[in-house]
Amino acid sequence: MTINEVPKIITSRFDVVDGHTLAGYQRTGGYLGLRDALAKSPAQVHDDVKNASLLGRGGAGFPAGTKWGLAPANVWPRYMVINGDESEPGTYKDRLLLERDPHQLIEGILIACYAAACGQAFLYIRGEMAHAHERVASALNEAYAAGYVGKNILGTNFSVDIVMHWGAGAYIVGEETALIESLEGNRGMPRLKPPYFPAAIGLYQKPTIVNNVETLSNLPWILHNGVDKWNALGAEQSKGTRVFAVSGHVKNPGVYEVEFGVTTFRDIIFDPRFGGGIRDDRSLKAFIPGGGSAMWFYEEHLDLPLEKGTVDRAGSMLGSGAIVVMDDTTDIPKAALRIVRFFSRESCGKCTPCREGTTWLERILDRIVDGHGRPSDLDLLLDVCDNISPGLAWPPRQTTICPLGPSAVSPIVSTINRFRSEYEAKITMRSSIPVVGVSS
Amino acid sequence: MTDVQQSAPAVAITVNGTGFDANPGELVIEACERAGVYIPRFCYHPRMNPVGMCRMCLVNIDTGRGPALQPACMIKVSPNMAVNTEAPNVKKAQDGVLEFLLINHPLDCPVCDKGGECPLQDQTMAYGPGESRFIEEKRHFEKPIPISDLVYLDRERCILCDRCTRFAKEVAGDPLIHFMNRGNETQVNTFPDDPFASYFSGNTVQICPVGALTAKPYRFKARPWDLDEIGSTATVDSVGSRITVQSSRNVVLRYLGVDSDAVNWGWLSDKERFSFEALNSEGRLSEPLMRGDDLGKLQRDGAQLVRATWAQALRAAAEAISSAGPDKVGVIGGARLTNEAAYAWAKLVKGVIGTDNVDCQLGDGLPAELLFSLPRATIDEACAKGGVVVLLGPDPKEELGALYLRLRHAIVEDKVTLIELTPRSTGLSPFAAHRLAARPGQVDALARALVAAHDPTGDVAGVSSDAIGRARRSLQSATAVTVILGRPSLAESPDAVVDAAVELRHGVAGVRFLSALRRGNVHGALDMGLAPGLLPGRVPLSAGGGDLREEWPNVPAQRGLDARGILQAAAEGRITTLVLLGADPLSDFPDTDLAQRALERVEHLIAVDLFVNASGAHADIVLAAAGPTEVAGSFTNLEGRISPLAQKVTPPGTARADWIIATDLAGHLGKNLHLESIDQIWSEIIRLSPTHAGLDVTAAADGVLVRGGPFAYTPDATDATAAADDSLLLVATRMMYDQGVGLQNSPSSAHLASPTAVRLSPADFDKLGVADGATVRVATARGSVHAPAASDGGVPKGTAAMVFNQANASAAALIDASSRVTAVKVERA
Repeated sequence: MTINEVPKIITSRFDVVDGHTLAGYQRTGGYLGLRDALAKSPAQVHDDVKNASLLGRGGAGFPAGTKWGLAPANVWPRYMVINGDESEPGTYKDRLLLERDPHQLIEGILIACYAAACGQAFLYIRGEMAHAHERVASALNEAYAAGYVGKNILGTNFSVDIVMHWGAGAYIVGEETALIESLEGNRGMPRLKPPYFPAAIGLYQKPTIVNNVETLSNLPWILHNGVDKWNALGAEQSKGTRVFAVSGHVKNPGVYEVEFGVTTFRDIIFDPRFGGGIRDDRSLKAFIPGGGSAMWFYEEHLDLPLEKGTVDRAGSMLGSGAIVVMDDTTDIPKAALRIVRFFSRESCGKCTPCREGTTWLERILDRIVDGHGRPSDLDLLLDVCDNISPGLAWPPRQTTICPLGPSAVSPIVSTINRFRSEYEAKITMRSSIPVVGVSS
Repeated sequence: MTDVQQSAPAVAITVNGTGFDANPGELVIEACERAGVYIPRFCYHPRMNPVGMCRMCLVNIDTGRGPALQPACMIKVSPNMAVNTEAPNVKKAQDGVLEFLLINHPLDCPVCDKGGECPLQDQTMAYGPGESRFIEEKRHFEKPIPISDLVYLDRERCILCDRCTRFAKEVAGDPLIHFMNRGNETQVNTFPDDPFASYFSGNTVQICPVGALTAKPYRFKARPWDLDEIGSTATVDSVGSRITVQSSRNVVLRYLGVDSDAVNWGWLSDKERFSFEALNSEGRLSEPLMRGDDLGKLQRDGAQLVRATWAQALRAAAEAISSAGPDKVGVIGGARLTNEAAYAWAKLVKGVIGTDNVDCQLGDGLPAELLFSLPRATIDEACAKGGVVVLLGPDPKEELGALYLRLRHAIVEDKVTLIELTPRSTGLSPFAAHRLAARPGQVDALARALVAAHDPTGDVAGVSSDAIGRARRSLQSATAVTVILGRPSLAESPDAVVDAAVELRHGVAGVRFLSALRRGNVHGALDMGLAPGLLPGRVPLSAGGGDLREEWPNVPAQRGLDARGILQAAAEGRITTLVLLGADPLSDFPDTDLAQRALERVEHLIAVDLFVNASGAHADIVLAAAGPTEVAGSFTNLEGRISPLAQKVTPPGTARADWIIATDLAGHLGKNLHLESIDQIWSEIIRLSPTHAGLDVTAAADGVLVRGGPFAYTPDATDATAAADDSLLLVATRMMYDQGVGLQNSPSSAHLASPTAVRLSPADFDKLGVADGATVRVATARGSVHAPAASDGGVPKGTAAMVFNQANASAAALIDASSRVTAVKVERA
């Protein structure tokens, strides 16, 4: 295991006790990137970000600089929306960024607004993150008072207002169009694309740029240290560093910043500086490489680098940067049920296949885990999955508007053939009792 | 969708391998349907914005990047698009969606009203899996729950297609039903204490693709396969919405809206939809009545109305008419009649009885000659994209429900600019670009200022010159202007509105008028000459009568009296026999005192009606008439559009069609009308009426427009003295649900009529110094009433607004029909 020593780009203040305050932030180099950005023209800043190949960190991995360029010219106002509704199972990196370094995000928002010509930014924070909410609120107050946010920032004619919005607790609002609906005060349900690509028709029907918390938190460093330094890190398209949340059966669960594109899953799971290996030195059974929606990986995938293209080609995704590790004690059908249940509970109810299908999957799995499965249930599970995500391919096709439905398919499709014996063992566990009720 | 430019070049697509020329901008689901390929759907409805959420319409769409499953209701056609609705993956997806929809559906089809006409049932048969693989317990909800006074919701049957909720929010503008909870727990419901109290709630029942929404008047009344149906026209207001009348065993059980592109787009107001209930009610007259002793002799001073034979009643009526002589006979009403019956009555009254004292309006309309003098607009013309609509009439939401939905759509979706000149806010006010609340009796001055070359120097009719200026510029820059013309308030005489209409007619280039006279077939009755000074075909009496002189026994020599004149004459003893042709002046004439004195003074009062209404209770002869669905004929709506009325059932008892009553009465008067059938009457109409010459009502699905005019018209000079400015001026408007006899005989709707309050501007209300809802006394020289007071931002300062014809207080009792405005005193009771 050879892991390059790299600078901590966005987690540098995680160990600074007062890193979340303005004083602590400024003492450790805060708001220098903003000053550097304001010394350039917005177009130059935009070019820097484009050249830096900063892939979106929310899950889809779309280059941020390109995204800013999609807003139609000369349609005003144009809004910036920051997606802090982090709720993908296993993901907790944005939460730490919000709690431990809120000023870094604010600085990133300001740089993005400057480059993309947005006068108003809406920072949407997941409803359950009360601590993050408090930290960001007090940081915003400090930043306003210090003249970093508001009118004529740092004496220039650049002005931005940042509005903080506290979500009401729905996973689907992490989908950008549903988040926009929620911001507008409506039910958090995805909009149809077309026509509602946020870049063209977004918040209040205006061009809107939606970026993830982690994505924007990188901007101060990039602007202050230069694009070349950034691009020197990482591999292929995946430049810079990236934060991964490692959880599950590892010795050291936590959030780790590693060089993007070259570090491997084996590194982050087993290196003592990161995951530190499987608990009790047991063996690895499976791991989820990119949050609950992702297809599962196994032993043979451990040496894949944490790089978007490579992981995509291997049949899953880095997604939200959540690595969930399962050791050999894991009950696979139960683990799959846990994730399917999450998606079924979080379905917004708009599209029939997701609303009805995910719940049906949950109930079949629930029966199987409970010992009331039938031999035909495994084929039924796969066929219901196929009706949500035709072909069961990767990347998933979908009969739904948004990818939530297919997300519930991943754990089943990932495991049902590889661990067929575990499923079958449960099916024959009890005598076949006619089932009508729900046990959950 | 309807916004397709027919002239633009076609878009060549293929549907299942066959070439088809689609319209530009057309949705795939529509293009395929026109190409003869039906794509199953639940959430898609052609009159609402697509949402793509049921996922039933997934088909393979290939725009060059290979076929992919896409919702056909969301994708617009593009050149060389290949649509495949039959591929195995499409069938699998449709099969899958139907299975998903059915896993929690209760499948209680045997006891479901929708069974037999249910899209879910039909599409399951056509596209669905044969059996269910779902063995778990289904989702359960309490069933059904009332979500309004008229509609029940069964959430177990609901498939969450968003049709009802979209209708409520987007079409009706009453967002009172919502999705609640999420995922598999999602349900449609209302908020507690906030029921789906919409005038248009019944439409949700009609568009529900399952049996989740059912209407109280139809629940468990019939199975669809036992229903027999026929296309007809709704008659409760003058919109003339196209409907399907459905009956079983000679009882009308349901009206459904028909998607007439030109008129109602499939929507109905609840008043239209459920009006059939009154026809089946026990209050219906099934035989003639006479005041007297039950021995077939009329006793004018008898205590009660008793049954009579038709021969007795008709003979007595003929005697009452002939003994009075033509000049002493007056006839009020006729808007209830079919065109054919209106012609028969016109021929009877003017041609046989020989009087011109006939008016189908009740002092709450406008002079027929004014209407005939104006260039008329259709609903489509008024609602055309980018136009300007001036509301100089009643609140369409309250009085002309289906028209309100069309206007609302035009304003909200099609960028039509609304300028309101009404004295108080209306249902359209939230969407009005310019709201100019003219002080009662002064709207003519406001109209004059709007068409002037410059902004006024000060306020006009209580409206600031700024506001007038903005509206004036909007009006001047408009490409198409339509004035919705009717009576904005019944507490002022029509004079100011008439003058305002004439100002706008001459001052706005290319302006057209859409009549908002509200009552049933009033436009047909006017066209048939049931108004003073007119003959059928919008021909003035003064023009001599032409062919009619040869065909009719007689044509009146001179112009007679209108409703107010007739009542005035009756009150003074100059008219002694009064015929109420489906009219109720005591409830509807905006001067109860005058109506009361008239009815008390006349020697003979003859009512021809479906019910004994408040005025009919004073009658000495009551002739039982057939109602809509019991007689065929035709109807003329507020555009002048004639559409067929169908007979579906027989009238109760011995009740007769109005045209037959006219011919019978003529016979008892010793004359023959030579009218023997509806077809024959119609052929006489199109032969003798210049505006109806050669019209074929069945020629077009949406009906045919009466053509003719405009005719010259000069309003009589009127007294324009305004009331003293320190008094409150009364504004009296109608609500959809009132004490009208039809509504009050509809069991499920009668209780929806709410009491009126006296609504004052917040400033005037504060000045009055009473608690909200406290009873106050409203008084004029005519009389006084008591009603609860309320503060209302939609009521301008200096006015007091009341609703006409509600149970607790009658605004009509305050109104003097001879004065231009009604000044009232509002004081603590």
